[in-house]
Amino acid sequence: MSEAAIALNRFGLGARPGEAIPARPKAWLVDQFASYQPRPAALAEAPTSAAVAADLAEYQDQRRAMRQQGIAAPDPTAAPAMAGGAAKPADAGADDAMKQARRFARREARDDYGALVGARTIAALTGPAPFVERMVHFWANHFAVSADKLTVVGLAGTLEMEAIRPHVLGHFADMLNAVERHPAMLLYLDQAVSVGPDSPLGQRVTQRAAQNGMTRKVGLNENLAREILELHTLGVRTGYTQADVTEFARAMTGWTVAGIGRGPGARAAGTAGGQPGDFVFAPAIHEPGARTIMGRTYPAGGEAQAQAVLTDVAIHPATATHIATKLTRHFAGDTPPPAMVDRISAAFLASKGDLPTIYRAIIESPEAWVETPVKFKNPWEWTISSLRALGTTQVKPLVMVGLMNQLGQPVWKPGQPVGYDDIAGSWAGPDALLRRVEAAERFATRAEGTIDARTLAPQLFPASVSAATAQSLARAESPGQALALLLVAPEMMRR
Amino acid sequence: MDRRSFIARAGAVGLLGSFAPRMAFARAATPKRFVFVIQRGAADGLGIVAAIGDPMFAGARGDLAADLAAGTKLDAMFALHPAMATGAALYGQGQALFAHAIASPYRDRSHFDGQNVLETGGAGPYQVRDGWLNRLLGVVPTDDAKAIAVAATIPMALRGRHDVASYAPSALPAASDDLLARVTQLYQGDAQLHALWGEATATRALAGDLTQDDGRNAAATGALAARLLAPDNGARIAMIETGGWDTHAGQRGRLAAQLKGLDAMIGALRTGLGPLWSDTLVLVATEFGRTVAVNGTGGTDHGQASAAMLFGGGVRGGRVLADWPGLKTADLYEGRDLKPTTQLDAFIAGAVADHFAIDPARAMAALFPASAKVAAIGGLVRV
Repeated sequence: MSEAAIALNRFGLGARPGEAIPARPKAWLVDQFASYQPRPAALAEAPTSAAVAADLAEYQDQRRAMRQQGIAAPDPTAAPAMAGGAAKPADAGADDAMKQARRFARREARDDYGALVGARTIAALTGPAPFVERMVHFWANHFAVSADKLTVVGLAGTLEMEAIRPHVLGHFADMLNAVERHPAMLLYLDQAVSVGPDSPLGQRVTQRAAQNGMTRKVGLNENLAREILELHTLGVRTGYTQADVTEFARAMTGWTVAGIGRGPGARAAGTAGGQPGDFVFAPAIHEPGARTIMGRTYPAGGEAQAQAVLTDVAIHPATATHIATKLTRHFAGDTPPPAMVDRISAAFLASKGDLPTIYRAIIESPEAWVETPVKFKNPWEWTISSLRALGTTQVKPLVMVGLMNQLGQPVWKPGQPVGYDDIAGSWAGPDALLRRVEAAERFATRAEGTIDARTLAPQLFPASVSAATAQSLARAESPGQALALLLVAPEMMRR
Repeated sequence: MDRRSFIARAGAVGLLGSFAPRMAFARAATPKRFVFVIQRGAADGLGIVAAIGDPMFAGARGDLAADLAAGTKLDAMFALHPAMATGAALYGQGQALFAHAIASPYRDRSHFDGQNVLETGGAGPYQVRDGWLNRLLGVVPTDDAKAIAVAATIPMALRGRHDVASYAPSALPAASDDLLARVTQLYQGDAQLHALWGEATATRALAGDLTQDDGRNAAATGALAARLLAPDNGARIAMIETGGWDTHAGQRGRLAAQLKGLDAMIGALRTGLGPLWSDTLVLVATEFGRTVAVNGTGGTDHGQASAAMLFGGGVRGGRVLADWPGLKTADLYEGRDLKPTTQLDAFIAGAVADHFAIDPARAMAALFPASAKVAAIGGLVRV
């Protein structure tokens, strides 16, 4: 690959026809820091977390009203994760009205999800800063939420728009902060419902339960606290213990979402105020007292306590290594060269997580400019680069959602908080390849022979088209077939 | 409403149904079939095979214990979750065996590390680079070393030296034969793409009309697996991935739905395999279990030991294999988790060895080299 081809494909999201080939590839990348748009027109119409949360709150109010009228209520969290018809939630006996309300809420969530997938795609296809857009996708996957349960389906994409995009050229600590306070994350990893056992509400519930001879029904949930340490910051096996996780989970209590789940319980928990979807700190469910995490004591201090922990772990050396390893893997290959990891990690520590400084260190790393392709594209990268190659600027959200499902990487739906893998082994499968060929033929058919693949190829991969690919394109039986072949050529499968 | 009246209806396929189970297959020359169903996300063994005879159980489990009252009594100690009706019927016929307080060698609480240990068969995460199911291909009787694979991508347990294909039904329109032929030429000089493409086209020919099945729900996945395992020239080893077991909140409804799906999958495998069920062994296992106590959100957090399951015509079932550690706080691992007392490695190696008539020590050494000195558990499957 030429340096221009590397800048366009390994760093960017693929070339667009008619665009000038970068004459100074490194400067072309750095200049994008100035042209990046955190909130481009493509996102103007996309749902916000406030709008999605308002609909969820409305649905929950509806359920509550119906329940009060004695109508059986399906559990909103009972999304059957194993799939489809065989594993329906246990709402078989639920009343029609309740089912209808639930169906409506699901459709709303799916519409929101689709609209956001569409917006993300348009931003990736049309934005002036494809390298920065790539970083947005990188961080959204690093801070993965998964659109599985009803409460997260519609919100999943808003995390990227509201917590990642504004901070992609800022500090890691600020992005971390925005992510952990975002309703999608608080709901996805169950933080929103974690209650300190010795918090005012926790104690009340315990006392009442004791009077009635029952066990307590509220308490800690350590899910988010663990994943912050394991996935978002320090990385797994970096020295923290189960006790640290539990302590951090105690410190995190009170960090929750307003307005989702209203009624007397929410009033008691202190989450009834504010607009639905707003971050709130609810003192009534915060575990009082000082916490000790990784040998450091954090005095009691409400919201500021967990904040202080986040501030510390955001610039911890283990976090620098963890992030540097992932970034290096993304730009220099599945097995990250240690020298580059060290360099990026040093840039992270020296700048206290200043992301543009870190990106510059990547751009300056020779390991990211080796001529042989270092990465097998994942389905998202392949699709976006294909659509860009075709000059596509509009997509139907429904089509994009279905396509990503078929190609094996549904957007914002990795199924696990670790996000999607960034190694070839996860994507270079026989069946996955066949599907790209199927999709490529469909793209090419839609382009209706308006594009000459033979002239497009050197624009996409300047000075980097192999003889075999050129020959294949030249011998194709039709312009459409040549285009399909270009979209699945080895040059297109890797970056 | 108006906000979205103009937004296209995004009918995301199976969007709320989490992910469709994916499969991967491998072929070998033996009448025996083996299916590994992995439960990703740490399935709650105590909620599936409940220790209702343990005096601490009801207290520790609170509301989560309620469903188990309607479960099938397996013996004096254990009851099976009522959502597993097929599982209970198979148990009654002696074709289902459950192992409890069982765990891989992994003793921490990261899903991703835990799954890596479960799939590679190593002693710790990322210590072994290939999967034990791939290594199994090296010890089962094979006529030709060529293996068939079926599923979009290959899960870790199946990755390794032996070729494994992958297949999952596609809703995309099939590519034209002419394009396929030209892609074959295009990839001629590219080792990686050439190999992948060869497997893809071979599997496509084999799968034929199977694309009819959308594979989107658990029963259809079981049926599809059965149809790919049944033919004489079909796959002999299959892996099915299921997710959604990470029940931190609202576990009661979610686990019931998960188990209903798993149960339907097992049922569809048995039905689809028909008489071949007597030659079939199905293993269900997860990376680790969950806390004994219910957490503050009606769920459970990451723990240690869980339950594993065997189904099949040759299983010496109708029993629960458990060296029960007890649920008193002092008996728990780190005071919170079910203590592992049976090694999952030895359980898997023993079952697979007897099923394929391999020397158990050889199976243990090949599949779980780090535990090679441990004896495989015998007597799980009729030899």
